[in-house]
Amino acid sequence: MAASPIQPDGGAGRTVTQLVRARWFAGALFGALALALTFLTVPVVAILVEESPGELVGSLDDPGVLDALWLSLRATLTAVVIIVVVGTPAAYLLATRRFRGRELVITLVELPLVMPPAVAGVALLAALGREGLIGGAIEDAGLRLVFETAGVVVALTFVAAPFYVRGAQVAFASVDRSWLEASRTLGSSEARTFLRIAIPAAAPGLLAGLALAWGRALGEFGATLIFAGSFRGRTQTAPLAIYERLGTDFTAALALSAVLVSVSAALLLSIKLLSGRRAFDAVH
Amino acid sequence: MRCLGRFLGRPLSPLLALVLVAALAGAGCGSDDNDSSSKGGGDLVVSAAASLKTAFTSYGEGFTEAKAQFSFAASDELAAQIRKGAKPDVFASANTKLPDELFAEKRVEKPTVFASNRLVLAVPADSDNVRSLEDVAGDKVSVAIGAPAVPIGSYTRKVLAKLDAGTRKGILANVKTEEPDVAGISAKLQQGAADAGFLYFTDVEATNGKLKSIELPASLQPQVAYGLAIVKRTPNREAAQTFIDGLLKGAGADALREAGFKPPPQ
Repeated sequence: MAASPIQPDGGAGRTVTQLVRARWFAGALFGALALALTFLTVPVVAILVEESPGELVGSLDDPGVLDALWLSLRATLTAVVIIVVVGTPAAYLLATRRFRGRELVITLVELPLVMPPAVAGVALLAALGREGLIGGAIEDAGLRLVFETAGVVVALTFVAAPFYVRGAQVAFASVDRSWLEASRTLGSSEARTFLRIAIPAAAPGLLAGLALAWGRALGEFGATLIFAGSFRGRTQTAPLAIYERLGTDFTAALALSAVLVSVSAALLLSIKLLSGRRAFDAVH
Repeated sequence: MRCLGRFLGRPLSPLLALVLVAALAGAGCGSDDNDSSSKGGGDLVVSAAASLKTAFTSYGEGFTEAKAQFSFAASDELAAQIRKGAKPDVFASANTKLPDELFAEKRVEKPTVFASNRLVLAVPADSDNVRSLEDVAGDKVSVAIGAPAVPIGSYTRKVLAKLDAGTRKGILANVKTEEPDVAGISAKLQQGAADAGFLYFTDVEATNGKLKSIELPASLQPQVAYGLAIVKRTPNREAAQTFIDGLLKGAGADALREAGFKPPPQ
């Protein structure tokens, strides 16, 4: 009968085979992590070191590049604001109330998560394009989406919203119910309870969801290209600008990529620090 | 083996282990399905401009020398991939500039011009507000063109440069998107998102009636010559050469004609 690997044995009575058996699994675990880590970080490092920092910074001088970064900032910020304003109450409802069809509603809200971005772009075009389902009505109302920055915001909101709503729902669901109930019995309206108790209590999870949604919006490419097109200053976001420069100005593509990577990393890091690691892990 | 079994939670019989190993080995070999008539290294990999999709796909179906695998994308993107180390057997571009550049960089052999195409003004089939270039400069017309670096975009700019300043400014002011390839322009037009766009005649043909072309005056037409080259150090040189020969005279040339391409300019 072989010794179990986790038996505290002191080592004196174990053969080599038994030691190998005991450690091989831990070794395999570390090996898997090392492999995954290398695979995920080498490309990121390559972006930053393939060209000299001087060349990278130099290529950022191109006004088209700066336009793209500025547009990405404006569009993602707008999308995130819309997502938070609409998504927070929606997530609160999903988290705190049971109703018929709740599971279906949750699945529908999460659908863009598994939708390929190109499909999202085609879907938006089919719905909101000039000949789309409600596109005609929207255009009659004077709102132009295709080829406009507003269209970019729509595409970003569509693909990034589920990231926030799902995280917010989990965050609200983990707020201690007794606090909410106590607030109500003490006379607060539901709105007040939502604003003064639920949101602050769920804040770390909400921030984590916000970071994910923002990161997703920053990186969006396919849906934006297909729905809004690519035009400098109006619809060409940073990822689209990278794509345009792949063939002719790879240094600029690298520089833009480096900026996006740094911004995304800073975003993730700051949200983690703001919200405390435990809350961040809990959402995932 | 018993380690594996313990990891899986129960003793693994030798027979089951043998079956597992055989299955893994079989999966590893499964992807090589060369048909017996292919020579050289197997599949022929062709990187070709997006506008060649219809013609090359039908040519490839009847190509017996090797199994032809295609990668269709904007020519400048394909050239960038080759510069970064991608190794197709043949590179077919919508211009002669890119193959010539790659030849100068010693990445491909001497290029051959194999077809010519022409630029047209493309509009949705049911469109009635755009009938000429002047209309494109009009109010409230949205135009889709190619990005400057992609061949369709640079040909379009050549056409625009030959126009009078007023029409040119009007058209440029109406440009709403600079797509990375012809597929994007075609899609925007077919969706009714854009009123007009500049495409190759062959692209309009490929939509099977969803778009219609308005011919440009001959004086504005740029020379649209398509060049291709065999990539250096390909293991399939023979098959590649046969592929190219067929495009110049044979099944490939027929497929190009069928799609609307004209013979190479003399």
